[in-house]
Amino acid sequence: MRILSIVCSAVLALSACSGSPPQQSSGMPTGGGAAINGAGATFPQPIYSKWFAEYNKLHPDVRINYQPLGSGAGIRQLLAGTVFFGASDQPMKDDQMAKAPSRVLHLPTVLGAVVPVYNLSGISEELKFTGPLLADIILGKVNKWNDPAVAKLNPAAKLPPTDIAVVHRSEGSGTTFVWADYLAKVSPDFKNTVGVDSSLKWPVGVGGKGNEGVAALVRQTPGALGYIELVWALQNKIAFGAVQNAAGKFVKASVDSVTAAAAGAAANMPADFRVSITNAPGEEAYPIASFTWLLFLENPQDKTQARIMAEFARWALTDGQKYARDLGYAPLPQTVVDMELKALEQIRLQ
Amino acid sequence: MIRRFFGRRDEVLFRSATGVFALLVIAGVIAIGVALYRESMLSIREFGFQFWQTDVWDPVAGEFGAKPFIWGTLYSSILALLISTPIALGIAVYVSELCPPALRRTLVFLTELLAAIPSIVYGLWGIFVLVPFVRQIEVATPEWMKVIPLFSGPPLGVGMLSAALILAIMVIPFSSAVAREVLRSVPQAQREGAYALGATRWEAIRMALFYARTGIVGAVMLGFGRALGETMAVTMVIGNNPQVTWSLYAPQYTMAAVLANEFAEASGDLYLHALVEIGLVLFILTLIVNVISRMFIWSMAAQRPRVFRRSALKAAA
Repeated sequence: MRILSIVCSAVLALSACSGSPPQQSSGMPTGGGAAINGAGATFPQPIYSKWFAEYNKLHPDVRINYQPLGSGAGIRQLLAGTVFFGASDQPMKDDQMAKAPSRVLHLPTVLGAVVPVYNLSGISEELKFTGPLLADIILGKVNKWNDPAVAKLNPAAKLPPTDIAVVHRSEGSGTTFVWADYLAKVSPDFKNTVGVDSSLKWPVGVGGKGNEGVAALVRQTPGALGYIELVWALQNKIAFGAVQNAAGKFVKASVDSVTAAAAGAAANMPADFRVSITNAPGEEAYPIASFTWLLFLENPQDKTQARIMAEFARWALTDGQKYARDLGYAPLPQTVVDMELKALEQIRLQ
Repeated sequence: MIRRFFGRRDEVLFRSATGVFALLVIAGVIAIGVALYRESMLSIREFGFQFWQTDVWDPVAGEFGAKPFIWGTLYSSILALLISTPIALGIAVYVSELCPPALRRTLVFLTELLAAIPSIVYGLWGIFVLVPFVRQIEVATPEWMKVIPLFSGPPLGVGMLSAALILAIMVIPFSSAVAREVLRSVPQAQREGAYALGATRWEAIRMALFYARTGIVGAVMLGFGRALGETMAVTMVIGNNPQVTWSLYAPQYTMAAVLANEFAEASGDLYLHALVEIGLVLFILTLIVNVISRMFIWSMAAQRPRVFRRSALKAAA
């Protein structure tokens, strides 16, 4: 019965927008309804599903399907035209942009952060790290917990002489991209020997699959150090360390410190929103943070879907932001929202 | 006359229909091979045969080589076979020859249940039960043993040993089920003949094993094929670090695991094509393994009568 009413209202909605040429609406790949398909990053999936569900309550005729296939797959499918919109944890590269049928609009939706987690029995206080120290650990140059470099930052902790077992993500991941992006900014050595991408050639360590795999390995291995998403650490109540930011302060990741990082970066936000906010300026800013983006073609073929998605994006950037905090994401700073609402007008709806 | 005509037509129809189905399989295999080749053209052109020998896998620098993955796949599968084959054979012999009938049904049911467990569940069990257990073994390894390259490296738990163990457990139900059926198909007359010649029970079983050896090799190879392609459980416990080493304690990587891990996020055409070429290598490797095992079975089947007579005599003596 409900399905019937959805179909009916969809048909009504379609016939209502009779201004558009008839071929266009009949050429919609989704059939009669307003089901719009997207694919991309796994990291923002919880908030996107929440948004799509809430938006569907407000507009019962709009159904948005999102497949969390990974950022790379999302970009590929957008370029191939198999989905209407993509989503990614890293901005598209210039050569990828060049392959798109029209310009691609990057729309930051929420923010996330990556936190260092470790397993040291007998250490009650949380450990402090600097960026260069984290880079040296990942590179295998600092490989004992009682190394002077660790001890200097944590004078109160009784650090054992155990080996540091580095744990990283085994699969390509936006989390790895943000982590590497930060380490490359603070350590020239990391930048030159490892570099930045969503999969890396790791000098040392073992790979765990997904946040859950990394967390499980860290929890089981004495002396382990790994990195996971803040959302995941908060939901599973995993303790994590503080990291020194660009202003020299040690900051723990939280929704507030991540928002502060975005605010710090907002001052010199480029017009296309393709920006990295790791190591952001600001006293309170947490340094390993990132936007996650929705990707739209600026001149999409299907104008009906374009109108619906532009409307949805407007809602997500304003009313939708209130759902972010509960799920562990940081909402966008108002300055960024204002810029984005303006940028949304670049999508050609006619 | 009319009936015969239709009868012939049915015959032709039936024959061509089944023939088409059989050809579909061949066409499918060829189509997969062609698709893999086409989608990995960039990487094949860029790296050529170096791809098989290079042990660098660096998505950032755009350098790709399959050697550590080929190594990890073969090493883990062969280890798994070494562990699983004696156990699977033991199960098969006990169930088909020695076990009281009441217990047999339960045993068969339970080993077949092992085959029905999804691979991801094995993986989770591996992470939370097997890996900590293996780590304890690794921690308890005495210093003199660690000098041997096979047992060198820090005790991480995840690594080749965990992967081989979990593969062995996953392979056992397959090879033991096939081996059991093969043993049961040994004619009763063979056993009775052996007993009549004064063979002990052990000798009669040995005779049956020898009689069924082609089928048993087939069972083992079936397990090998499964181990080569196993993805999820292995990737969760093997440590995912592409390196070529004999150490059982070291984290390593397999072809199926790297495909599952990196495909979704692969950016850049060369990277994607290199991943597909890994798939192509796995495809070729599986074909080679299957062909070799086929040839092995055929050659043994061909020489059965002569060798068998000699062995039967030996068993009875």
